[in-house]
Amino acid sequence: MKKRTIKTALATLVALHAIGLFAGFFAPYAPTIEHRDYPYAPPMRIHFADSAGRWHLRPFVYAWLPQSTNFAEYREDTSRRYPLRFFVEKPNSGLVGTLHSHLHLFGVDGNRCFLLGTDGYGRDVLSRVIWGSRISLFAGLIAALLSLAGGVLVGSLAGYYGGLADEFLMRGSDLFLAVPWLYLLLAVRAFLPLQISPVQAFFLVVLVVGMLGWARPARLIRGVVLSARERNYVLAARGFGASDFYLLRKHIFPQVLGVMVTQAALLIPQYILAEITLSFFGLGIGEPVASWGNMLASLQQYFVLTSYWWMMSPALMLIPVAWAYSVISRSLIEQPHAFFNRH
Amino acid sequence: MKYLLRRLLHSLAVLFGISLLSFLFAGMAPGTYLDEMQLNPQISPATIAVLRAQYGMDRPLPVRYLRWLNSVAHGDWGYSFAYNLPVAPLIWRRAKNTLWLTLPATLLAWLVAIPLGVFAANQSGRWGDRIAEAGTSTILVVPDLILALALMIAAVHTRTFPAGGMSSVNVQKGRIADIHDLLWHLTLPLITLALGILPVFFRHVRAGMLEALASPSLQAARALGLPPSRILFKHALRLAANPVLSLFGLSMASLLSSSLLIEVVMSWPGLGAMLLEAILARDLYLVIGAVMFSTLLLLAGNLIADLMLYTMDPRIRIGPSQ
Repeated sequence: MKKRTIKTALATLVALHAIGLFAGFFAPYAPTIEHRDYPYAPPMRIHFADSAGRWHLRPFVYAWLPQSTNFAEYREDTSRRYPLRFFVEKPNSGLVGTLHSHLHLFGVDGNRCFLLGTDGYGRDVLSRVIWGSRISLFAGLIAALLSLAGGVLVGSLAGYYGGLADEFLMRGSDLFLAVPWLYLLLAVRAFLPLQISPVQAFFLVVLVVGMLGWARPARLIRGVVLSARERNYVLAARGFGASDFYLLRKHIFPQVLGVMVTQAALLIPQYILAEITLSFFGLGIGEPVASWGNMLASLQQYFVLTSYWWMMSPALMLIPVAWAYSVISRSLIEQPHAFFNRH
Repeated sequence: MKYLLRRLLHSLAVLFGISLLSFLFAGMAPGTYLDEMQLNPQISPATIAVLRAQYGMDRPLPVRYLRWLNSVAHGDWGYSFAYNLPVAPLIWRRAKNTLWLTLPATLLAWLVAIPLGVFAANQSGRWGDRIAEAGTSTILVVPDLILALALMIAAVHTRTFPAGGMSSVNVQKGRIADIHDLLWHLTLPLITLALGILPVFFRHVRAGMLEALASPSLQAARALGLPPSRILFKHALRLAANPVLSLFGLSMASLLSSSLLIEVVMSWPGLGAMLLEAILARDLYLVIGAVMFSTLLLLAGNLIADLMLYTMDPRIRIGPSQ
């Protein structure tokens, strides 16, 4: 794989996470703000030429005029142009004052701005996609870290001490690997409370996804530890009286690191999808918090699926994420020297 | 034979372990199906107490587990609250639908992946290979959920295929018409599922074929002047069979997971869709039954893959001892 591709993938991920972290700045609205007069407003078109055919340097939008005859039908009101402005100051309209910045990347003066349209409550879809990325991307990331932590713990215990502990832990991992992943996830979720607040739901989802995925990394790490334990320099260090903890930290852990990074690149996108799937099914993070999964859930209604294509936008965001992680994981497997300058 | 027996015993132990874990988790579950009933003012507390006793919900967990084991032995697999029926026949009806979806999808994916993989490996590095690689890589980065939703939208707009379900309401009776109707409904979920697993299959076939084509035995075959198509499809494919068949076993897990998602999105009445319904209804034994059966399918898939390897690959048949 070309170095440029890998760099693009890394840059994509950094950019997406930065946008998620600074959602208050990048998103024009808070995720929960409802413009009840504009349900299912289509994405506003960005114009350069006005209705009279004159060209303008600064792009602008027209306001949506709701059609009184039909629900959620709009027409462009071409009587007034609303130029797009960057770095606009806006009075704080969010619920949690400290979380939302006054400064926004872009906006229009004197009118609403729905570049990706609105949902059934009139909430700006673009804003919700940006705020939702914070939830969805980071849920996957944190859950993957949890899984890896569990995997390292179990894998090094099993690999380093061997014997009965090894046997017990590996038979345990057999059980977790024997159930198809999504069935396992749903079943465990089934035994946990269904009606909980969104914040609790976030931690619950992260915990469940993270805790259930320890088995595969644990097995891989066990294998690495097992082979590292028998290396001559490790045996020599042991002969000099090095403690178990010293050996694990100094000699064995560095060998495990490569496996961990590769596993992380494979697990994170899988876990992002896990959160999205759970929320899509109504078992994950619920309204009014925005997550890519619960945004997509509205597509389960037939009329949304058929009429409002912009409701698919969180799904489209998944494609660059999945692409970037797949590039990184493939290059980690095929050419690890590009990442680790050890031999 | 001994190998097979050991594998069977291991599978049984895994199933047993999972049932035990399920009950441990279920013991921690807050609320049961009966709790929701309590909210209904039309059902008296006395009725609920009777039901609780009838389902054994007032007993401690170990007793409930033993009762469940007993019902497994009788072929009931527990009792569904919501359907008021034993779990096993319910699951079997739904699992049949899941198999109707997953088996043809696997077959379809293999039918595309094997020729495509052989072709790409033969063309290695040239345009044909690059196009196949680019195409499958593109499919790989589109998650199943999106694939399913996108195909649904396409189906609705073009009106070529039904948007979900398994059969039409007003279908005329008759065997041929029924089958035609089923196939018509099957097409979209089938394509989604097959597309989802195709890229991984393709990559394995291609990699296996590349390795096989470079092996000394095939160099010898080429030196002997055997026709290229015969080398490719008879000898190389046989050598590449081992990793490809191992993949079949491994892919069962992701196949069932993808199937669950597609069943829910496309309202295909399979095992996965039933699991979700059971979870939302807090139908405990149905949840456990669905999980157990999905595990059973996965274990069976692995076992079949191993058996195929055993018959296909002489190195395994003879075993390492000789």
